[in-house]
Amino acid sequence: MLTAIVSVTVLGSLFGLGLGWAARKFRVESNPVVDQVDAILPQTQCGQCNFPGCRPYAEAIVSGEAQINQCPPGGEAGIRALADLLGVEVLPLNPENGREQPRTVAIIDEDTCIGCTLCIQACPVDAILGAAKLMHTVLEAECTGCDLCLPPCPVDCIEMVIRNPDPDDWTWPRPSPGNGETELSQSDRVTAGAA
Amino acid sequence: MLSYFLILVSTVLANNFVLVRFLGLCPFMGVSNKLEGAVGMSVATMFVLTLSSMTSYLLSTWLLRPLGLEYLSTLSFILVIAVVVQLTELVMRKTSPLLYRILGIFLPLITSNCAVLGVALLNVQEQHNLLQSALYGFGAAAGFGLVLVMFAAMRERIAYADVPVHFRGAPVGLITAGLMALAFMGFTGLAKL
Repeated sequence: MLTAIVSVTVLGSLFGLGLGWAARKFRVESNPVVDQVDAILPQTQCGQCNFPGCRPYAEAIVSGEAQINQCPPGGEAGIRALADLLGVEVLPLNPENGREQPRTVAIIDEDTCIGCTLCIQACPVDAILGAAKLMHTVLEAECTGCDLCLPPCPVDCIEMVIRNPDPDDWTWPRPSPGNGETELSQSDRVTAGAA
Repeated sequence: MLSYFLILVSTVLANNFVLVRFLGLCPFMGVSNKLEGAVGMSVATMFVLTLSSMTSYLLSTWLLRPLGLEYLSTLSFILVIAVVVQLTELVMRKTSPLLYRILGIFLPLITSNCAVLGVALLNVQEQHNLLQSALYGFGAAAGFGLVLVMFAAMRERIAYADVPVHFRGAPVGLITAGLMALAFMGFTGLAKL
């Protein structure tokens, strides 16, 4: 009994240590540029760039198989950052991949949801919670607004709504067209300019 | 010499692990939708099975039998197989990226292939020596690969055939596998082992 416990424990720990050592010894350094490109990409894993995720797209950019203008969620800012990093020309977003849109978040109409779990399987970032025949819901903090859960839903109960901006992606409101005046009043602009 | 050859014939044809012993049916059904995948899976299995049947033989002769712990065979063989698969993946990733790209996704799947554990246990039961164990593992994997590739080639054609609605997918696959097993019964008696 004791020999069995001891030998299996020793065997297990030896194998564990061996594997740990092998993992260090045979570690493959990934290309640091791929990591940098991957860090710029928005990690929506939406596949609009025609690659299975952000990381494969980053690898394709670095190996020269893909242009930098295939990421609609990253938008113009993303393309500019990629161009800066890689030292290439800024390109306009390729319309074949999609248009730049305000960031959205999926909302499930919980009265209509039939609990089929199809959207859970489609979600690339596991932002949808639920179980078979039970209502599903979306973790807004995790949702990347990639639209991939819309096509599989058999009852069309998922809606994409524009996300309330948080401090990371809040921007000044654009000047309204019309009379050429911005939304700020004259006195506001004077104080803004003085400050 | 003849006995080694017989081991090979027996494991590949007469006692085929998939169609006669019904081991490793999960990858047999799961990875046989496309021919490329089936070939990758067969090669990876061949590699892992030969290696793991040798290591589990060493473990059983050097550790389990001297200590009288044969009843722990199943447990420790599972451990060895998992470690061998992991190690193979690590080493292959470093040394041969090309091979890793071809076989990479299949390697972790092999851990759960029951034919691998079956070979290790049968080696002990049949009291093979090291070379016989290695050959037994290799033959089992070659037989597995043979029927997997044949089955995948057939399924690729069946996918375009006009199969009755209720038989589409897995049912017709299982019927095909059954017919293949019947055909392989013809090899019974080719090698007695």
